[in-house]
Amino acid sequence: MVKVEFLGPIGLDSIEMDIKSLKELSIYMKNSNELKDWAINSAVAVNDVIVTDINYELKDGDKISILPPVCGG
Amino acid sequence: MVIKYLFYHQFVGVDLELHSEPLNVDEITSKWYKETNNLNYGAFITFIGTIREENGIEALSFDIYKPILKTWFEAWQKRAKEQGAIVKMAHSIGDVPINKSSYISAVISPKRRVALDLIDEFVEDFKANAPIWKYDVIDGKRVYAKDRSTPMSGAGILVKESN
Repeated sequence: MVKVEFLGPIGLDSIEMDIKSLKELSIYMKNSNELKDWAINSAVAVNDVIVTDINYELKDGDKISILPPVCGG
Repeated sequence: MVIKYLFYHQFVGVDLELHSEPLNVDEITSKWYKETNNLNYGAFITFIGTIREENGIEALSFDIYKPILKTWFEAWQKRAKEQGAIVKMAHSIGDVPINKSSYISAVISPKRRVALDLIDEFVEDFKANAPIWKYDVIDGKRVYAKDRSTPMSGAGILVKESN
C-alpha cells in the first residue's frame, strides 16, 4: 500500500492505494471527476522528492504527494 | 492587561523561517543583518513582498508544504554557497492582510554582482517552484489564486504519454 496526499487547494483527504506504479495513479486520477483537472497541471513527489518519470515503481509504504500549481510570496 | 502571543514561528532549517502571522519586517531584516554584518561581506540585498489591495481582497492566505520547501531551499543554499553567498527566507502561513508582508528573502555576498544576480534568480525560482499555495480572502472565504499560479517543474507527468 502507498499513501497519496493531495496538497494545497485540491482539498481532498489522503488516501491509501494498492498500486505499484505512478501509471496506475495516473489512470486513477484521470478517471476521477474531482482529480482529472489536477492531474494535468500537478507535479508529483515520492517521499518528498519530485519525480519526473511516469514509469517510476512504487514500494510498499511510499508517500506520494500531488502538488498543484504554486504561487508563493 | 492584554497578553498577546505575537510570535509563534518555526525554523525549518537554518536561514529559513515560517511564521503563522504577517512578517515583522523590521525584526527579521535587522536580525539577518546582525547575524551577517561581521562576515566582511560587502552586499546585503533584501526582497520584501507586501500584500497589495487588488480585486476587493481583504487578505491573502498561504498553505506551505514544508518538507519540499526545505529541500528546495537547501538546494539554493548550496548554490549560493558555491558563489560565496548566503540566502535567507521568511514566509507566512495563513492569512496576511493588505499592506503587510508575507515574504522576505535576502542574499548576502562579498561583492554586489553575485547578490544582485542571485536575488533575481532566487525570487523567480521561488515563484515558480516553492511549494506554496496562495488564496484570495474575500468576505472571509479563501479562493485559490488559480490564474496567478504556475505549474511546478515536472508538472504534467501524470498525463504524459509513456512508452
